[in-house]
Amino acid sequence: MPRVKNMFNAFFQVIVKELTGAFRHRSDILNPVWFFIIVVTLFPLGIGTDPALLQRIAPGIVWVAALLAALLSFERLFKDDYIDGSLEQLMLAPYPLAWLVSAKVLAHWLLTGLPVLLVSPLLAAFLALDINTYFALFLTLLIGTPILSLLGAIGVALTVGLRKGGILLSLIMLPLCIPILIFSTMAIDAAAYGQSYIGLLALLGAMLIAAITLAPFAIAAALRVSVS
Amino acid sequence: MLHCNMLTAVREDRILFKELSFIINPGEIVQVAGPNGVGKTTLFRLIIGLSSPYSGEILWQGCSIFEQRESFHRQLLYLGHKTGIKPELTPLENLQFFHKLHVTEEDVDLWHVLALVGLAGYEDVSTAQLSAGQQRRVALARLWMNDCPLWVLDEPFTAIDKSGIKVLQSLFVKHAQRGGMVLLTTHQDMTINSSLFRKVELQHFAAGEEYV
Repeated sequence: MPRVKNMFNAFFQVIVKELTGAFRHRSDILNPVWFFIIVVTLFPLGIGTDPALLQRIAPGIVWVAALLAALLSFERLFKDDYIDGSLEQLMLAPYPLAWLVSAKVLAHWLLTGLPVLLVSPLLAAFLALDINTYFALFLTLLIGTPILSLLGAIGVALTVGLRKGGILLSLIMLPLCIPILIFSTMAIDAAAYGQSYIGLLALLGAMLIAAITLAPFAIAAALRVSVS
Repeated sequence: MLHCNMLTAVREDRILFKELSFIINPGEIVQVAGPNGVGKTTLFRLIIGLSSPYSGEILWQGCSIFEQRESFHRQLLYLGHKTGIKPELTPLENLQFFHKLHVTEEDVDLWHVLALVGLAGYEDVSTAQLSAGQQRRVALARLWMNDCPLWVLDEPFTAIDKSGIKVLQSLFVKHAQRGGMVLLTTHQDMTINSSLFRKVELQHFAAGEEYV
């Protein structure tokens, strides 16, 4: 039992350290959210404010913007730790690496996915979404953004040792995110037409569960390759 | 007991050293010596299990380290070139993290530990604002607050002043006398006159211009 307690303690300590560090560098949290808001607001400015048109393209806009904002924030997931040596120390901690990186990914989601969820009502207003459609958007973001964090972490873990890993990361990451994008926008579209979208959400949920159970092992393995 | 058995390391197809074997017994301080580029850091990363050797094996208490990663890491303290100290956190927060992550049995007074390494009064300053030597001292403070038998220290004296080096050397001797093991590299002259201390010259195992 003490072993289990120690493991949860380690998990918690990693999250606390990540959050404390992030709150010292507030721009790291705020910049991706600002980026998300600005990208979404550019569309009504660029293509006009016709509510019917905006409603039609809103799911795609919000999801692509969320994807790009997530991409911006991935760099800080392991890069700083790699540079200052904390990553090595994390790998030398007496706990399974997959467990500790899960804590890091959860902290990353709390710092980047959660703020996107929190500002989403504002964007719903920008894009003239009705309440049902917005609710579907919120649910897909709630289920989808953790998958983005987990998939992104694999990409970051693979590219962390490279000097210019940023663009490579996007090339690895974006194709992997296509299924999430498709099912999320389908669910939101279904909601907009008043149809049931629970099946699509269930599919997203299945992807999330698969990602939670499998991605940490992939991240850990990728880190062992990158750091060696 | 740490046993390196017939280790060969390769970097970019070039053999750095080959068939390196040595044993560290409890109560020994071993300095790995050799000129720059001979493979000291590479050897250390093999020993702590961050990378795997081209051939050969590393045994801890008679068992390969890869078969008992967690229990080996519980007994290992490694300080590398990169210290693992977060610049945006304060020295105290950094130590708290390591202390709580490794959950040692005894309760350590972290303020006292920081005072021991000469950082009294700097507990609440962000580590980024400290000098290079002081940042190094934050990392070295971990030596005072662990019960790991094996210390692997890559250039621990970098940026540390003379009196600091003396304090560290006496700490190594104390650790060895308690039955601990210290493995370190340094280009400074070690002034430990003790039967506990010995050197491994890595150059004797260097392979010259051999490729795989």
